[in-house]
Amino acid sequence: MKGTEAFQELLPLLGNEPVIHANGFICRESFSLKDREENFYMIGSMGLASSIGLGVALCQPNRKVIVLDGDGNVLMSMGTLAMIAAEAPKNLVHVVIDNEVYESTGKQRSISNAVPLEQVAKSAGYRQAVRVDKREEIKPAFEKLMNAEGPVFLLIKVEPCFDHKTGRVTHTPEEITERFMKTLS
Amino acid sequence: MSSLTSQAFVDRLIRENFNFFTGVPCSLLSGLISCLEEVEEARYTPSVREDAAVGLCAGAYLAGSLPVLLMQNSGLGYCLNAFTSLNLIYRIPVLVIMSWRGQGGKDAPEHIIMGDIDQKLLETAGMDYAILKPENLDEVLATAKRKINEEKRPYTLIVEKGLFDERH
Repeated sequence: MKGTEAFQELLPLLGNEPVIHANGFICRESFSLKDREENFYMIGSMGLASSIGLGVALCQPNRKVIVLDGDGNVLMSMGTLAMIAAEAPKNLVHVVIDNEVYESTGKQRSISNAVPLEQVAKSAGYRQAVRVDKREEIKPAFEKLMNAEGPVFLLIKVEPCFDHKTGRVTHTPEEITERFMKTLS
Repeated sequence: MSSLTSQAFVDRLIRENFNFFTGVPCSLLSGLISCLEEVEEARYTPSVREDAAVGLCAGAYLAGSLPVLLMQNSGLGYCLNAFTSLNLIYRIPVLVIMSWRGQGGKDAPEHIIMGDIDQKLLETAGMDYAILKPENLDEVLATAKRKINEEKRPYTLIVEKGLFDERH
């Protein structure tokens, strides 16, 4: 399965949940396929999508909060997996698109081919951590985890596919903040 | 000389509506963190790294809370990318309480360089700060509230050794 197919499968499953996007491929692919006001596009600060998502989840405990992360971001902030596990927000769903490369900078390899991130999350203390490799597995796995008590982790293994013609997020960072906060207020 | 206890400062921050606290400890902040752990409204959440604490505070702010980040100045290096590529461009404010290790070149070796450059780094990044004293508490908190509520920018209060009690 190519990365873009994972997004095509996942995005129609979203309702009005806030989704914190990791920088790079994740932001750009998701924005290109379907922009949503509930999307927080983190264009810089690599590694922090998970901690931003944890902050949102802790302060809005009655809303399901989704982090849409990448393997590079997770590896950069592995300690945040421990923070999420320790705080254990029931409303946090952590989805990781794992293509084993730093895709938007030219597909340099990450090390997630050698490190099973779902096992790292499970060992850290996420209530559930699931790995899927096939497109048809995404919907049932995501729906099951959305209905489960968090924090839960969904690792979607994909092949790199990024097309550099894919646009960047066109909203300014300030606009992203304003409209995202409106959807949460 | 007037004094400012950890408890009085924490109470004041809560009264000023700060309601989400996280950080990475420093001995100079140990009294403050100890008080925060006792206050339910503070929701003190330990962070494992200072930049993760910046992310956590950003999320808390986006979700309607008013966050405070406590850290040693050694954490500033980790935070600079987060401040410049998240907080400053997205207009996501945070109150930072940063201890000043290495002040005057008198401290353990690992603190000397950062103790000399931390304020220059903040200035270079265009981030305002003040050195917190018992005498200037009202003034610096008023400035902090203005920076946070009106300009939506981070504001840093620098804590010198001896300002707060240490509990270790």
